[in-house]
Amino acid sequence: MNRRKFLKAFSLAASTPAWSGLAGCAATPAHGTPHVIVIGGGFGGATAAKYLRMWSEGRIAVTLIEREAHFVSCPISNLVIAGLKNMADITADYDKLSKRWGVRVVIREAISIDMDKRRVHLAGGERLGFDRIVLSPGVDFMPEQVEGLAGNAERIPHAWKAGPQTKLLRRQLEAMPDGGVFALHIPKTPYRCPPGPYERACVVAHYLRTHKPRAKLLVLDSNSEIQSKKALFAHAFDGLYRKIIEYRPDSTLVSVDAKGLRAELEFDTIRGDVLNVIPPMRAGRLVDALGIELVNGRWVDVDWLTMEARGAPGVHVLGDATFPAPTMPKSGHIANQQAKLAAAAIIELLAGRTPDSAPMLINTCYSFVDDRNVAHISSVHRYDAGEKTFLPVAGAGGLSAAANEAEGRYALAWAQNIRTDMLD
Amino acid sequence: MTGQFTLAALCLLAAAAHASTPDAACTGHARNLAANCTTCHAADSHDASPLPRLAGQTKAELLQKLHAFRTGERAATVMHQIARGYTEEQLELIATYFAAHP
Repeated sequence: MNRRKFLKAFSLAASTPAWSGLAGCAATPAHGTPHVIVIGGGFGGATAAKYLRMWSEGRIAVTLIEREAHFVSCPISNLVIAGLKNMADITADYDKLSKRWGVRVVIREAISIDMDKRRVHLAGGERLGFDRIVLSPGVDFMPEQVEGLAGNAERIPHAWKAGPQTKLLRRQLEAMPDGGVFALHIPKTPYRCPPGPYERACVVAHYLRTHKPRAKLLVLDSNSEIQSKKALFAHAFDGLYRKIIEYRPDSTLVSVDAKGLRAELEFDTIRGDVLNVIPPMRAGRLVDALGIELVNGRWVDVDWLTMEARGAPGVHVLGDATFPAPTMPKSGHIANQQAKLAAAAIIELLAGRTPDSAPMLINTCYSFVDDRNVAHISSVHRYDAGEKTFLPVAGAGGLSAAANEAEGRYALAWAQNIRTDMLD
Repeated sequence: MTGQFTLAALCLLAAAAHASTPDAACTGHARNLAANCTTCHAADSHDASPLPRLAGQTKAELLQKLHAFRTGERAATVMHQIARGYTEEQLELIATYFAAHP
């Protein structure tokens, strides 16, 4: 039986020095140890894995399944594209999750989830059983919605999942001639990281202003207006970057020509030297294994007290893959907060208790408008028992009055600390 | 198992102090609220970070700062907006939790 096999591996791991830090907590006999699988090692999944181990004091066995050997952060990745940070600054490993917290980290792709037998099938044939499972699959792109885009991410990068795409877009920007055109396309909301595309516009424009002053940046927004921190970004677009950025609302992309780097809009065709198309997106396709109906065919509806997917008991879904509560953004910060809520709820449920009935969540997103000035948006969300969802707390949250250098320091400290909170 | 004992003791205290809110009993409600803060104020945040560790500060110290943020008496970029999102009772639970977990 796979569960037994796993637990055997698990108790072997427990006897290694790596486990010594948890020795005092490993008193529960292995055969009574519930097993939680977490798929996806991003802001949601890594946080869930750590907090399940930490808060259960080692009484829950946790396996984290992630296909990439390293965590690469989307926050700060726009600065890599602009040449202000490098890949090493946004890359981390999962070592402490295993060594300090006793998470079994499996770097492999999860192929499918057998909901009846409650086990996960991994690439290579291994099967792992679970008592409860956490899915933090992030987003998958829907390039087929833009004619000519599918299969051309090398020519027309999205750079909306940090990693090789980040480096690729950086290289393309560097190779662009002075006097060239960088076209950035933003999909219709909801998408991952609402202020992210506008931040990218700002820091790319900062690079152009300092390195290729005759170049232009065309922001083609499918939406009818800037989706987050509108006044702050509009101020930068119309002020600091007025000679570089042209912002065009209601500019849905119809098709692209990867060879000629042309983008066809409803009433216009653009030729760019760099085409950066952020495609429409949906919950990571792994959630299709649950056999539940997705909201708008894209997002997972969850019970906000446990993060369990509606229609899939025992399956907790986090982060960008969820259909959001009112005003709740798809951000790494929120995924981290939801992960703690889920970890707390799972511990209670596995112990046969009722989860916390009054959870709270915070979001804070920082955006760079140049190499050092940053503006934030924040919100506090309380669970409303009547509405059965999270609602923003009236009178709380808000925006920076203006981008400033102090928040530039806070933004970098935030990036460091959230990583510590999830991985260390 | 000192941590567990502390937590259990804290739960009892919280339950006694907030008999009106059953959540404050032993579902880890105070711990869960405090975990809202550690995304930015990480437990292992290094000393030079502009986002300081909260664990180990005294309850009085934490409450004084949170109140000052909430009223605007203490200048802030974001903390005034966050502090206003929590009730007095919630801030008490958070401050008590951090003070008990140095």
